[in-house]
Amino acid sequence: MTTIMDPTDERVPVTRQLTPRPDTISGRVALLDISKPRGSVLLDQLEEVLGKQLPGVTLTRYAKPTFSRPAPAALREEIHQNNDFVIEALAD
Amino acid sequence: MVSLPAYQLENLDGDRVSSPVAERALVCFIKEDCPTCKEVMPVLAAFYGHFAHEMPVHVIGQNESGNKALAAQFNPEFSILDDSALEVSFAAEIETVPTMLMLDASGAETARLVGFVKAEWQTLAADLSADQGLRELALDWSALPDWRPGCGSLSVDPANEPRLRALAEGSPIRARRIEIGSQDDEVEFMFDKGFSDGLPLVPPTPERVLAMLSGTKRDAQEVLGEMAPNMGEVTIEKVAINAVMAGCKPEYLPVVLAAVEAILTDDYNIHGVMATTMGASPVIVVNGPIRHRIGMNMGLGALGQGNRANATIGRAVRLVVRNVGGARPGETERSTLGNPMKFTMCFAEWEERNPWSPLHVERGFNEEDSVVTVFTMSSGPTLIVDQDSRTGSQLAGTLGQGLQSVMSPKAYSATDCLLVVVPEHVDTFMRDNYSKENIRQRIQQVSARPLRELVADENSATGLKQASAAQMDEASLNKLMTKFRRDEDIHIVVAGGEAGKFSGAFHGWVTGSVGSIPVSRKIGH
Repeated sequence: MTTIMDPTDERVPVTRQLTPRPDTISGRVALLDISKPRGSVLLDQLEEVLGKQLPGVTLTRYAKPTFSRPAPAALREEIHQNNDFVIEALAD
Repeated sequence: MVSLPAYQLENLDGDRVSSPVAERALVCFIKEDCPTCKEVMPVLAAFYGHFAHEMPVHVIGQNESGNKALAAQFNPEFSILDDSALEVSFAAEIETVPTMLMLDASGAETARLVGFVKAEWQTLAADLSADQGLRELALDWSALPDWRPGCGSLSVDPANEPRLRALAEGSPIRARRIEIGSQDDEVEFMFDKGFSDGLPLVPPTPERVLAMLSGTKRDAQEVLGEMAPNMGEVTIEKVAINAVMAGCKPEYLPVVLAAVEAILTDDYNIHGVMATTMGASPVIVVNGPIRHRIGMNMGLGALGQGNRANATIGRAVRLVVRNVGGARPGETERSTLGNPMKFTMCFAEWEERNPWSPLHVERGFNEEDSVVTVFTMSSGPTLIVDQDSRTGSQLAGTLGQGLQSVMSPKAYSATDCLLVVVPEHVDTFMRDNYSKENIRQRIQQVSARPLRELVADENSATGLKQASAAQMDEASLNKLMTKFRRDEDIHIVVAGGEAGKFSGAFHGWVTGSVGSIPVSRKIGH
């Protein structure tokens, strides 16, 4: 972690901003299991429901090797390159 | 004597332990890789066994894994408190370990034993036992050495001390701290946040900002003014942060500060300079002894790249305008073409090669003053090539012809210019003892045109409108117009390499009260 001093007049918050949320879901959706217990159960259900409700959308399953560490760079890159949305199953 | 700061430190069992409140206490700082600390461990164990029922006895270790190793080796009754962040050690001004502090009920330090001097520790044990009405401390003092030097505290290690100083209570820096995630690249992060002028920035870490502030004696929170367009408050700290990002050394900071103060004036009008579609920007000229102290370039390539002071002082000023003022291209900065001078434009005058008064003396300062002068220029440096003239009159004539095109050939009495005369041209002028005033007058003389020649025509619609000209009598149309409204609108400095007969001209922007007026500021400490 690096700490830097804000060079601006500090009127804009520096917290990371959310990516704008589109109104509709289309294209490619990643379903990411962080490997916490039962995350796969939730994603199985989601995959089934979304597959029916959004037939034009491509769903792809991904899993982190372990929940306790950040996703490997190659996995992050793969998800980023090949998807428009990510749904992450975060907790058990 | 210092007061121990209030703390909450985790012991080896993971419990948070608070600093003593309203009671006497013993606090000892140690680190594992210090042989004296290891020798003192049995003594600390004896102190703990003897006094811990009467008062807090805290042993604070400076390295988490080292604390565990010490505990494993000595298995003491006490649990070492973890100060691997070193903030307590730093605040308590611990320079050596072991250091034993005796604190009174108010938290004030009444004794500080540095290293291990057996007699001191014995006295402390005896006095404290007597005060508390305890029997003597049971310890075989004869088995201990009379004296052992301590080891350096990690809190004063050069690898840690600048960071601790920057983060400590009472640190002069107050700006918002931004944590960059461990997976984020700090340079990329600063690009993403829009802090950059398009080139990589040096991350302004607290320790770098504090080091930058060592370049001035002024208070970090002193407010220099409000920077347009957002009217952001410019403190010395904010300038220092941007100076770090620009790549400045601390000794450049006073120059940056003076330049920022100059552009903050109403005369200079930074808002107009940034907002204009013409692509104007400050050109910063430095005079006086500081040029040599900070190694500025005034000779070969003075207006170009390659000198750190020249490059980063100008860049720092621009970053302050961008980040504190909020002037960004496409927002309030509206330049049509932009201008490479908007990255940086700063150089020093070669006063020693200047046979005339240097710029700052002309502008009312003493020769030994260090002074920064800011001009607003919309283009340049434009070379005026003259390898042939051998008299001052001829050479100034060439300069006058060259300057006729400033803004446009029919734009008269509209702007100013900064003429950078190179050494070989200086030598030509000095053959005739040509003064700066001679040069200015000759430029005005050669470039003067009767008004009738400045009327719009089929070649160019710039200049005096034909309808207006039609209203004028012959005498008015024959009146000679000077390129520059006043002679003093031709600013002259000397810089450049010894070889080459090409002087340079920075073309001005709108001058006077509706535009930007050059401003000089003495450089302080």
